[in-house]
Amino acid sequence: MTSAKPMIELKDVQKWYGDYHALRGINAEIRAGEFFSLLGPSGCGKTTLLRTIAGFEDITSGVVMIDGKSMEDVPANQRPTNMVFQSYAIFPHLSVEQNVGFGLRRDPRTAVEKQKAVDEALEMVGLKGYGKRAAHALSGGQRQRVALARALILKPKVLLLDEPLSALDKKMREHMQVELIKLQRQVGITFILVTHDQEEALVMSDRIAVMFEGEIAQLDDPESLYRRPKTRKVADFIGVMNFLPATVLSEAGGKVDVDVHGFGRATIDAAQVSNSHDGATAVGFRPETLTLLYEGQVAADREAPGTVEEVVYYGDMTYYDVKLDGVAAPVRISMRNVFGREVLERGARTRVAWAPGALVLFR
Amino acid sequence: MKPNQNGLRSYTIIYLIFLYAPIILLPIFAFNDGTIIAFPLKGFTTKWFEQMAESDQLLTAVKNSLIVASASAISATILAIFAARASTRYEFRGKGGLMALIMLPLVLPEIIIAMAILVILLQMGLNLGLHTIILGHTLMCTPFAIAILTAAFQSLDKSLEEAAYDLGEDAFSTFRLIILPLVLPGIISSLLISFTISMDEFILAAFLGGTETTLPVYIYSQLRFPKAIPVIMAVATLLVAVSICLLIVAEYFRRRGIAKTGGKDTGGFL
Ligand SMILES: Nc1ncnc2c1ncn2[C@@H]1O[C@H](COP(=O)(O)OP(=O)(O)O)[C@@H](O)[C@H]1O
Ligand SMILES: [Mg+2]
Repeated sequence: MTSAKPMIELKDVQKWYGDYHALRGINAEIRAGEFFSLLGPSGCGKTTLLRTIAGFEDITSGVVMIDGKSMEDVPANQRPTNMVFQSYAIFPHLSVEQNVGFGLRRDPRTAVEKQKAVDEALEMVGLKGYGKRAAHALSGGQRQRVALARALILKPKVLLLDEPLSALDKKMREHMQVELIKLQRQVGITFILVTHDQEEALVMSDRIAVMFEGEIAQLDDPESLYRRPKTRKVADFIGVMNFLPATVLSEAGGKVDVDVHGFGRATIDAAQVSNSHDGATAVGFRPETLTLLYEGQVAADREAPGTVEEVVYYGDMTYYDVKLDGVAAPVRISMRNVFGREVLERGARTRVAWAPGALVLFR
Repeated sequence: MKPNQNGLRSYTIIYLIFLYAPIILLPIFAFNDGTIIAFPLKGFTTKWFEQMAESDQLLTAVKNSLIVASASAISATILAIFAARASTRYEFRGKGGLMALIMLPLVLPEIIIAMAILVILLQMGLNLGLHTIILGHTLMCTPFAIAILTAAFQSLDKSLEEAAYDLGEDAFSTFRLIILPLVLPGIISSLLISFTISMDEFILAAFLGGTETTLPVYIYSQLRFPKAIPVIMAVATLLVAVSICLLIVAEYFRRRGIAKTGGKDTGGFL
């Protein structure tokens, strides 16, 4: 579905609000037909960037291209983009179908054809038969569907979504995530989603741009982002990552030999090395790459002894904080609760299985 | 605070009696068959209302008042739409001070405004008449209109405008299709309240009217004639009835406007 052709090109986009530097040189290419997410903590400039693409913010310098055309002198109402606002911005004095058909006002089609388009759009978002309802009487999830239908009916080249799921409760949010993915595949339009929820970004996106303080820290597909974060900050923001201090022993032929405190010696592939220079040299690894070994089990690769310091039981999962012998800070390990396997107690001695292939070296 | 409660309750009741008893007396004497405003009542009559309907001077005063009140309400509301829109949507230097100056006539003694305007008008050599009363009343009604309309514009989500713009409309059609319908209840409410204020305003009307009389000025001039007093009671009764109706309608529209835009009621004039 995704092709290499860029739908949006951002070249050194800078935005100043007075003396606040909101966008600090954004460079990115967003491919046609991809589900792209802008992920970052609140205040990092996600909304500003999205509004820049929509044409609601004048940038201080830089270039925004949509489908090969510079957007410099193109106002928001003439750009091939449509937006789903965070508040949904449903017109409260209009009915559902008047809302959905709002953008067709200047469309030369006949009233009958327009009605058909409205009905199709409503059906697409699962609101068939809701057309005559008053918009202000809808629930949060229904409003969001109306906002989607209203934006998609114009068949934009790019659909912009600003935290569209943050106002919904957990169940509804997870349901809508799947709906949005399906919808995007169905219409084939480029979606750009703003979110501060890393899980949501991982679930939904083809590619994700992680932003901090007006800059893109890393732009990658979800798996690379999760497995090979380029900086510790990205690693910390996406899920949980353990860090253990390490010392580089030698480096040759695309391999780095390190001594990891608590684990011992390991060889790390160059692809798993981040030269981020944002702190002391350390290796990082995800909680699920470690396994607690029970009586009689042996590690497939390597193992290290330790003591269980904390147990957090989640029903399907248990999180253990384990203090490895000789290391001050505990590491977090996640274990699926398999039937017949007991949950360990605090204070229990244990062994931890690990694999050098799962380590990322930050230096 | 138990011991205090009885005291507070009596105070409230006395206060309300003091406030409303005179108004309740108006219709009583308007229908009383006697020229003297005193108890005991003499019997029921509608002749004061009949006399009222036959007085040319009175009818002219009513007509003048209607003209002045309509014109003042419309001009004050139009001015207020611009001011409220500007103050709620745009940030500019000196906004706070400017808005305070515009709202000042709310608390400025009316007689001072009346005198100041009169002096200036006379200096400019303008003739006094209905148009000068309209000028004064517009000045006086505008702050009220701004207060109502600012609330209406404030409860408007900015992203509604952006959404309309995003969907292909321009600034003007966005105003017409989205903003105007949503603030319309506020506009109606502003028109009605301005109309009511202008309708019973006395000082400016007396100072700036020249030879033209509005209803309050006419009523005041008639108070010198004891025989005219029952007729005035009839006029006043009608006036009170109309004012109450207008205020109720105004409040209805204000509340509906808030409900429509999904905002919360932050209190109004009623
Ligand atoms: N209109 C504005 N004027 C001044 N500062 C703004 C404006 N809009 C956003 N900002 C600032 O720019 C930064 C980024 O905002 P925003 O893009 O909304 O962040 P995010 O959507 O990532 O939470 C914030 O610090 C915010 O305070
Ligand atoms: Mg935001």
